[in-house]
Amino acid sequence: MDLKRAETRELHRRNVAQTIASACPNALVIAGLGSTAWDVTAAGDRDLNFPLWGAMGGAVPMGLGLALAQPTRKVLVITGDGEMLMGVGSLATVALEAPPNLSICVFDNERYGETGMQATHTAATTDLEKMAEGAGIPETDTICTEGDLIDVLPRLACIGDGPSFHVFKVCVEHLDFVLPPKDGVILKERFRAALPGTETVIQEQ
Amino acid sequence: MIEESAEIFQPEWWRDIYDAFKRWEVIQVAYVPDAGHRELITACLEDQSMTAIALTTEEEGIALLSGAWLGHARGALLMQSSGVGNCVNMMSLLATCQFPLAMFVTMRGQHQEFNPWQLPMGRTVEPVLKGAGFEVTTAHQPRDVGPMSEAVLAGAFMHEQTQALLLHQSLMPVKTFGK
Repeated sequence: MDLKRAETRELHRRNVAQTIASACPNALVIAGLGSTAWDVTAAGDRDLNFPLWGAMGGAVPMGLGLALAQPTRKVLVITGDGEMLMGVGSLATVALEAPPNLSICVFDNERYGETGMQATHTAATTDLEKMAEGAGIPETDTICTEGDLIDVLPRLACIGDGPSFHVFKVCVEHLDFVLPPKDGVILKERFRAALPGTETVIQEQ
Repeated sequence: MIEESAEIFQPEWWRDIYDAFKRWEVIQVAYVPDAGHRELITACLEDQSMTAIALTTEEEGIALLSGAWLGHARGALLMQSSGVGNCVNMMSLLATCQFPLAMFVTMRGQHQEFNPWQLPMGRTVEPVLKGAGFEVTTAHQPRDVGPMSEAVLAGAFMHEQTQALLLHQSLMPVKTFGK
């Protein structure tokens, strides 16, 4: 295990989040709990962000359900390596359904940031891009440089031929919390109100 | 050895659940494959107006259908009793955000259970679901399934509740593992 390598990565997570947000202003965004929820919020709290404060392992399947429900809208899941590892089987479910409007971005600092910066499995032996590829997700990459970040932005903004999965290798940083609303009902209701859609009201017999 | 339950008589109450799905405009049906829900899953897979989503673990379904609700789509979650145990932490998403959920659980560990490994979750499903805030009803007779399915879907989609219908093991053929 090389604990030093993640301290000198070129990419900074808050900058990656801001760059993605600027490139994808209309995306529906699910953010995994912990650091990525703060990163997404630091890039601008908005009604069409759903930042999780719990439900670890649920970011990708939540994004999948949203992507299937809204096939004409781009859906981004932005989550961390620890959260992704807890729900890694959901990558197989994504590959099977293959929604073309879903892109998954994992900010991989090789640490559990919220609990004391303990190493995740990606600090040692695990390659999340290979796991996504093995699950059957047709487009995968690992992004380590500012140049790679700029190059991937058009893919994140568009609806492609299938789902895509992107690992962003980001450096270990101790950053200020930037907290979204923590009331889950408010997060849900503001998201639904901001997203056009109708539901048929069926009267009870 | 291939189990024989795949070939024996299957009751028809699954059609009442399917009809209720159609009436309530359920369009995402998430499931982990299960013998008790076999015909219902097949019907949903063949229905072009539905997306039937095979999960690797039941807890994915909790998050998936919450995402669907964010996107104004209605769903239902099918599983066996053992799957309820896989969902416990993910159910906090439902309670905290007041997401609705309609869950249909085929029970094991009850009537003429052959496999003792099914007994612990068979006992635990109802207290776990109630502890997580679900309204829980149990169908013991085939005639109960239709009206109870309607009630579960109404509670979920009209009142944004978390609702579970437990399908008692006596509704299912006895699985004998070739014995």
